[in-house]
Amino acid sequence: MNHEIVTYSIQQLSKLLTKRELSSVEITKAYLEQIEQRDKMIGAYLTVCADEAILQAERIDKRRLDGEELSVLSGIAIGIKDNICTKGIRTTCGSKMLENFIPPYDAHVVKMLNKAGTVLLGKQNLDEFGMGSTTEHSAFGCTKNPHDISRIPGGSSGGGAAAVAANMAACSIGSDTGGSVRFPAAMCGMVGIKPTYGAISRNGLVAFASSLDQIGVMTKTVMDAAMLLSVIIGKDPADATSVVHPDVDFLSGLHQGVSGMKIALPEAYFGKSISPAVKNAVLDAAKKLQQMGARVEMVHLASTDAALSAYYIISSAECSSNLARFDGVRYGYRATGYVDMEDLYIKSRNEGFGDEVKRRVMLGTFVLSEGHYEAYYHRAMQAKAAVCREFADVFSQYDLILTPTAPMTAWQFGKKNSPTEIYSSDLCTVPVNLAGLPAISLPCGWDADGMPIGMQLIGKAFDEKTLLRAGYVWEQEGSR
Amino acid sequence: MSVSKQVLSQYEMVIGLEVHVELKTQTKIFCGCSTAFGAEPNSQCCPVCTGMPGSLPVLNQKAVEYAVKAGLALNCQIAHFSKFDRKNYFYPDLPKAYQISQYDRPLCEHGYLDIETENGSKRIGITRIHLEEDAGKLIHDRNNGTLIDCNRCGVPLIEIVSEPDIRSADEAKAYVKKLRTLLLYAGVSDCKMNEGSLRCDVNLSVRRKGETAFGVRNEMKNINSFTFIGKAIAYEFERQVQEIESGHEILQQTRRYDQQTGKTYAMRMKESQSDYRFFPEPDLPSVILTDAQIEKIRESLPVMPDERKQRYQNLFGLSSIMAEWMVEDKDLADYFEQVCSYKVDYALAANLMQAEILTRYMEDVKIPIAAEHFAQICMMLADETINNATARKIIVALWEQDCDAKAYVAEHGLTQISDPVVLGKAADEAIVADERSVQAYLAGKDAAAQALIGKAIKMTCGKGNPRLIREIVMQKLLQKKTCSDSDI
Repeated sequence: MNHEIVTYSIQQLSKLLTKRELSSVEITKAYLEQIEQRDKMIGAYLTVCADEAILQAERIDKRRLDGEELSVLSGIAIGIKDNICTKGIRTTCGSKMLENFIPPYDAHVVKMLNKAGTVLLGKQNLDEFGMGSTTEHSAFGCTKNPHDISRIPGGSSGGGAAAVAANMAACSIGSDTGGSVRFPAAMCGMVGIKPTYGAISRNGLVAFASSLDQIGVMTKTVMDAAMLLSVIIGKDPADATSVVHPDVDFLSGLHQGVSGMKIALPEAYFGKSISPAVKNAVLDAAKKLQQMGARVEMVHLASTDAALSAYYIISSAECSSNLARFDGVRYGYRATGYVDMEDLYIKSRNEGFGDEVKRRVMLGTFVLSEGHYEAYYHRAMQAKAAVCREFADVFSQYDLILTPTAPMTAWQFGKKNSPTEIYSSDLCTVPVNLAGLPAISLPCGWDADGMPIGMQLIGKAFDEKTLLRAGYVWEQEGSR
Repeated sequence: MSVSKQVLSQYEMVIGLEVHVELKTQTKIFCGCSTAFGAEPNSQCCPVCTGMPGSLPVLNQKAVEYAVKAGLALNCQIAHFSKFDRKNYFYPDLPKAYQISQYDRPLCEHGYLDIETENGSKRIGITRIHLEEDAGKLIHDRNNGTLIDCNRCGVPLIEIVSEPDIRSADEAKAYVKKLRTLLLYAGVSDCKMNEGSLRCDVNLSVRRKGETAFGVRNEMKNINSFTFIGKAIAYEFERQVQEIESGHEILQQTRRYDQQTGKTYAMRMKESQSDYRFFPEPDLPSVILTDAQIEKIRESLPVMPDERKQRYQNLFGLSSIMAEWMVEDKDLADYFEQVCSYKVDYALAANLMQAEILTRYMEDVKIPIAAEHFAQICMMLADETINNATARKIIVALWEQDCDAKAYVAEHGLTQISDPVVLGKAADEAIVADERSVQAYLAGKDAAAQALIGKAIKMTCGKGNPRLIREIVMQKLLQKKTCSDSDI
């Protein structure tokens, strides 16, 4: 039975819970058992909250037995990326710097989930502070791809994607700064959605690049993603960049299909850097969508190349500032044996941060420095504006844009070592963050090694509904 | 230091001031914590104040309103679009390791204020006013090392930057004084230098008189009283002149003024100063203000001191100096206007306030005498029901316990004595009692008459009408003079 429970979607679990054919405690125990069995191999979790999870599940079950009307997510066991603050539960950001950091408060998204009655199984692995595409940059060991443990799960929300793929959580909450939800979802064959910037409060999400960070979800199905988003999207007074979403009724209209939809296929996303297997799978998907009634056309998006550089400049600039607070003074790692204040800063940061974080902090510090600001940061902001304009142009004529999620499928550990080579795997995802648009990654086939391929649908700002609608019909009809 | 007055007089100082003022909003600029001064360390902070991972700033609209109000009080143009930026630097009192400030798009620009100088009124330009957050406080403890108090983190500050228009210590003091008056009028800050809610950085350079180029400037940080502003400027002026006279180059430095020694000391060279790596604050939307919003804030400003001063001169006939003095403190001026509303002699009321209220008045403490009662005293003085001495006596009494002044006079029998018979008797008694003063007067010392007048008033227990007593005493002395003249 347990073996089967963990394979269910949220939708299925929710039905069984409502009909009282299954209790939250049973679900929670099933996942905990699965974690116990598989996570030694996968390494998706940094912290498992077994006892608390069971207590939480018991409380939900009692409320249900008492006849209380509960949300559709009540009793569903989930995992959360370890850069999202959980009150009283260690939140490490995958960094030695915060190895023992216990937040005094819950992130807004955690509050919303708690209110909905989800059960927290644990905190999931990530590249340190979300910086990376492979989850190899965690200070606490890498996560492995459940489809082939010799391969990366993608990143930075690699723990979350791997956990869902390995049936160790019904879903995972991640964060996406340049593809950190969509990329690992594609690598692990899951659904991953990053909503519009401002749709979900960032309050309590430990900042990497504030203007690009957005919380997203990784699920088995599009329906599950829609159910989750309905609960966590919304304006939060504690995040000044969050906004009132005009339409959060994601479930209605989900079944309406893609007939009449206009989908753009930007040629820049199907160039040399895209592996043939990925290219073919996504182009096949385009054909199928056309057969399902959508109008699919090639379009030109010129600024795609500049987007990657602009992304690395802007995100590094912001990270250099956001991570400056980790100085060994107030919380987190503090080096010993320092001689003065300056030495305390240098030693603590040098010992507390990993190489990838240091690389980006240095890059970010450089691009903001006097004499370099204009050439780098300023130009990157101009490129960002150009990317936004181009997307706006396309969306004046099309409902969705279809691209690969990643240029390739999951590679083997050790196969790629150069940082810039790894950065280029974000080619298809970063323009979306620069423009603040919503996008979903959907499984669309397998390569010759049996690794999943992901395709990305990009939508208009605050039009998650169309994304989900297209994703749903694709999942039901296209992907089989 | 030894630079002769003559050498100093060949130079002039060029001063620009940067004044930091804490806004008196109830809550901090980016969170809901209290801004109250003097609380238990770290009792007024939250994850936002302490820069906890994941915390985000949310702009307090009241802080924007107050900053705009300050800008309007200082005749600034208010930006319809402004934004926040991060100023990055490491220091233990700065929890996020960046200060949220405004870099290239400040809230207010191009303002001015007018000061009174020896040579009349002078206009000092205000370059800009921007909004930012205050940092925490480091407390150096003998036993526990350096401790951080985050209560002040996130208290809203405005930084007011003047043009380099100031040419003397007196002008600098007058500028800060006027700035303080204007901000107190606007009601945006309590401007207490001793509590650090008004802090002053002085930028000073020197040049030979007649030169138009600026010299190399030095910045003196955090000077916290009017006296020290004056002393620091005087010292630094002389120091820089001496450097130049000795053939040394002035180095651009940040200097610290030591209150004990009265000297300034180099803190750091400007060149080695950190690069703040300003960039737009991504956590906060831009600040957009419409004309209607700005006008609404303008309407909330009270009548400002310059306008009041004009009115006092034109309407109440006060002298420029008296009017200036009166409007300097808004509470005093408000009180004066209340008193005037009872149709008293305005100049008399102003004089009496200056003589009797100012000496007792303390800022922020309400004047204990009701304006109506003070007006009664003015009226009784005007119609000679009481004299000045009695007025003082009544004010002393009412300051302790306020009551109807007329009733007080009646109850204590303080009505002035104007009966010529009674006063004549008092004058006679004084003349008899003080033969020496009489002789002195007769010998040509006119001032001696004053002693006799005083004595005569004393004979009436201070209640005698001084004008009449004076007349009577003088009359009697004159008689004596004629008698003694005829004796010869």
